[in-house]
Amino acid sequence: MENLVEIRGLRITFAGAVDVVQGLDLDIPAGKTLCLVGESGCGKSVTAKSILQVIDHPGRVSGGSINLRQTDGSVLDIAKTKPTSPLMRQVRGGDIAMIHQEPMSFLSPLYTIGNQISEALMLHRKIGKKEARTEGIKMLEEVGMPDPARRYDSFTFQLSGGQRQRAMIAMALINKPRLLIADEPTTALDVTTQANILDLLGELQRETGMGVLFITHDLGVVAEIADEVAVMYLGKIVERAPVRELLENPKHPYTKGLLASMPRLDGDFKAPLKAIPGMVPPPALRPAGCSFHPRCEWARKDMCGHVAVLETDLGQNHMVACHAYGPQAHKFSRATRTADLAAPVAASKKAAGKPLLSVRNLHKHFAIRAGFFQRQVGAVRAVNDISLDVFPGETLGLVGESGCGKSTLGQTLVGLHRADSGDVQFADIDVRAAKGAEAKQLRTDIRMVFQDPTGSLNPRMRVRDIIGEVLQVNGNHSAAEIEEKVQGLLSRVGLSPDYAERYPHAFSGGQRQRIAIARALASDPKLVIADEAVSALDVSVQTQIINMMKELQAELGLTYVFVSHDLGVIANISDRVAVMYAGRIVELGETDQIFRNPRHPYTEALLAAIPGRGARKTGARIRLTGHVPDAAKPLEGCAFADRCRYVTDACRVNVPALRGEANHLDACLRSEELKLRSVSQTGALVSA
Amino acid sequence: MTTFDETSGMVSPAPEKRRGQGFEGHWALVWRKFLRHRLGVLGGMIVLLAYVVAAIPDFLAPVTLEAYNPAYAYAPPQQVHLGVSTEDGWQFRPHVNAYKTVIDYNSGRRIFTADPDSIVDIGFFVVGEPYRLLGFIPADRHLFGPVEVGQPFYIFGADRLGRDILSRTIYGARISMTIGLLGVAASLVLGILVGGVSGLFGGVVDNVIQRLIEFVQSVPAIPLWIGLAAAIPRDIPPLQVYFFITIILSILGWTSLARVVRGRFLAMRNEDFVKAARLDGCGPVRIIFRHMLPSFLSHIIATVSLAIPGMILAETALSYLGIGLRTPIVSWGVLLQEAQNVRTIASAPWLLLPGVAVVIAVLALNFLGDGLRDAADPYAD
Repeated sequence: MENLVEIRGLRITFAGAVDVVQGLDLDIPAGKTLCLVGESGCGKSVTAKSILQVIDHPGRVSGGSINLRQTDGSVLDIAKTKPTSPLMRQVRGGDIAMIHQEPMSFLSPLYTIGNQISEALMLHRKIGKKEARTEGIKMLEEVGMPDPARRYDSFTFQLSGGQRQRAMIAMALINKPRLLIADEPTTALDVTTQANILDLLGELQRETGMGVLFITHDLGVVAEIADEVAVMYLGKIVERAPVRELLENPKHPYTKGLLASMPRLDGDFKAPLKAIPGMVPPPALRPAGCSFHPRCEWARKDMCGHVAVLETDLGQNHMVACHAYGPQAHKFSRATRTADLAAPVAASKKAAGKPLLSVRNLHKHFAIRAGFFQRQVGAVRAVNDISLDVFPGETLGLVGESGCGKSTLGQTLVGLHRADSGDVQFADIDVRAAKGAEAKQLRTDIRMVFQDPTGSLNPRMRVRDIIGEVLQVNGNHSAAEIEEKVQGLLSRVGLSPDYAERYPHAFSGGQRQRIAIARALASDPKLVIADEAVSALDVSVQTQIINMMKELQAELGLTYVFVSHDLGVIANISDRVAVMYAGRIVELGETDQIFRNPRHPYTEALLAAIPGRGARKTGARIRLTGHVPDAAKPLEGCAFADRCRYVTDACRVNVPALRGEANHLDACLRSEELKLRSVSQTGALVSA
Repeated sequence: MTTFDETSGMVSPAPEKRRGQGFEGHWALVWRKFLRHRLGVLGGMIVLLAYVVAAIPDFLAPVTLEAYNPAYAYAPPQQVHLGVSTEDGWQFRPHVNAYKTVIDYNSGRRIFTADPDSIVDIGFFVVGEPYRLLGFIPADRHLFGPVEVGQPFYIFGADRLGRDILSRTIYGARISMTIGLLGVAASLVLGILVGGVSGLFGGVVDNVIQRLIEFVQSVPAIPLWIGLAAAIPRDIPPLQVYFFITIILSILGWTSLARVVRGRFLAMRNEDFVKAARLDGCGPVRIIFRHMLPSFLSHIIATVSLAIPGMILAETALSYLGIGLRTPIVSWGVLLQEAQNVRTIASAPWLLLPGVAVVIAVLALNFLGDGLRDAADPYAD
């Protein structure tokens, strides 16, 4: 096989002292998609940037070679080329192009996208403005931009997220590069848009025959797009194999850990997740020997901690860097190698009895104001006519694309927004009319965990004061009582009690989220609303938090409303799921029902969009085009009608009501006649 | 020091240490970040020095404000010599040379030249004219000056009445440095009040206040100052003039501070931790004073330190134009009045030296403000 880029012994140093990447070997094959996988902080992005010599200050390549095979057969060592040299500029955008996670910051807001696409073209080829325009429009058409001739003259803010991503891809591909580096290009996108972009990248790769280096932390995406996979940990490749081999037969404990910690939708999606303990240490504190050994359950004190790891070739292009496969393999007993699964959790609780929280016809509209006297000129209908019950001890998942109103619903329930109309009952309290003691009880009984653990903890306060605030404000608790409670909570969420004296900036994201959860639990609540509580965290940390939340639920009898856009997480943690679209619940039912037997076309499309669903195999994929309707415009009929593949004329006139049996409701006029596809029961993670 | 915990895989500060990284509060972090801003630290030291000078000018200046000697009108700066050469070799003996005066009958001016034979010795902690330190401690020692009282000692030269420019510049610091502080303090009260109301209530109130601020900012500053300054009665005591001037300066100065405060309030209101405090059941007063205000206090301090130089410059400009402070009050602006006409500057350029003091003070305050602004949010990296 021809290799486009061969990286040997690459070393990238920051600030002259810290090696972020240390002795990395990586071959990027021509005409294939290589996925680079790992948690954040493993050096994936910086490795990709080193290929283009665009590492951010104060980092630099301090050793090794990056050999790029030129079209004429000669070899260029990028590591030895000056970043500012004309030769390097020729490579950038010409031979190797790059796309990013955030197109809004990658594209200039001051120029039209056409301007930026043709600039890339004119820099590398002698070509007139007119021809550049024709080529640019053709490129936009190829990347599936709707109405390319008109979009060519659009500015970035006039495009939707998916369109921006397409524009950025067009800009990268205009010079027909031989290698495309895609750095988490779909991470910031909604799942349905992500599916479209992944399809597009796959198609373009097959058509043009370019090599793709695709960086991601999502193994579902890997299954969807990769030909080969390289797993990276702390600046080194620890395992490398063809995609099918790696996903079905992972060897390295890190790869196994990543796979075990990923919420899956195949097989039993309620199966407990197994998190890799701890987190990626900063490169300055890289452990000696095998750098993964402190988190590895196979690690043997006598060697992993001090003997450096060598790569072992297992045949069939499968390479692994682990002592358990090396010359000392006999020291690792067979028993330790098979990862034991945690005990299965109790079967999902049946919704029964009197609801803890009961919502009827809830509306929340945000006024759009304009003019000097701030008159109301319109309203964003964020939450529309929502009715649902939450039963004691269960977890209700709220899922939907961004802008569907799920967060607003959660925040309205907890009291951050005042509902416009409707009825909310908590236990025996009328939430909307509660005052005085009742309001106080609501404040302590319904608590919230925010998405961003950095923003939700006041940086000026010690952890003790943050957690204890709710006790200080509500009721008479002495300082000693609060101190004791805080200590108890900290150990309950898996933190050392002496962390109480510290400030939030001393903690990592996962630890901060634990503190945020401890704060939510401080007042012994009955209901906790978790607003994307794990979305900002790395996979393994996310799994640690999910597992901890499940344990806390079992111990304390908590009820959760879990808001997330991640279907895998929702499937894993929820007993029942509500799917939201454009401010309404379109489907509500038990998790099994929603995922195995969806009745609303939107749910079907969401499920189909989850990466790694084996869509390539069937060929008949369901992809949503267009985007969520503008919530400021009043709608007639079903809000999903414009994107629905089963739409009829009746859908555009009648607003479908939420109806069905108690354990499975849907809001689709045609739900009885439609046969919708669901996620498969069997292992679907592997696509090929 | 951070350690890497082998078993949990977590990075944590050593448990037995109660100080260091995780235990440091906001101000400790701000201080540490500020110290890394070299220029800011330098500016801070100069500003500190300037306020020390402003506090005890009587002690630092060689002579008092009242001292004058017409015989030395427009005397040029004297050169300071560190020692003298005698037969026994070089000897440490700081001194200046007295003047030899010749009257040029063509121009009618005195021409001064240094007289190498007449030595004026400089001493430290010398006895000079009596004064009251900080206004109440009687004293007669000066940090440095001529050993014998009354000898000519003009390191920065003399003005038209033969007064020592150095002493007057040192005294000028008292007014010029404090007027900025007082003016900003007055603006700050107005700014926090108006900006806070604007940011808290929002809606129509915010809209009206913001338009008002835009109106005030659109009024040309100098004509407005001139108009207001002209309205100060001529016969009131100098101390009252001083307070009038501070008020005039802050009439325009509060607007930018109000904007900063409003912006902070608006941004802070939507922070998750403020929402969390609301959910904890905190009332508005507790939210503002316990959660919001501490979070942007450091930003306000930085803004304030950047507003002081504007005030100093404004006072200097007003006084220079003759509509601000007037003699007998001595500020740097008042001193620069002497340098109003070109012919005087041509023959006695040292009259501009108080201007150098203005430049140094303003630059130092700007550097300090820059450093503080960078340090105000120590969590950025």
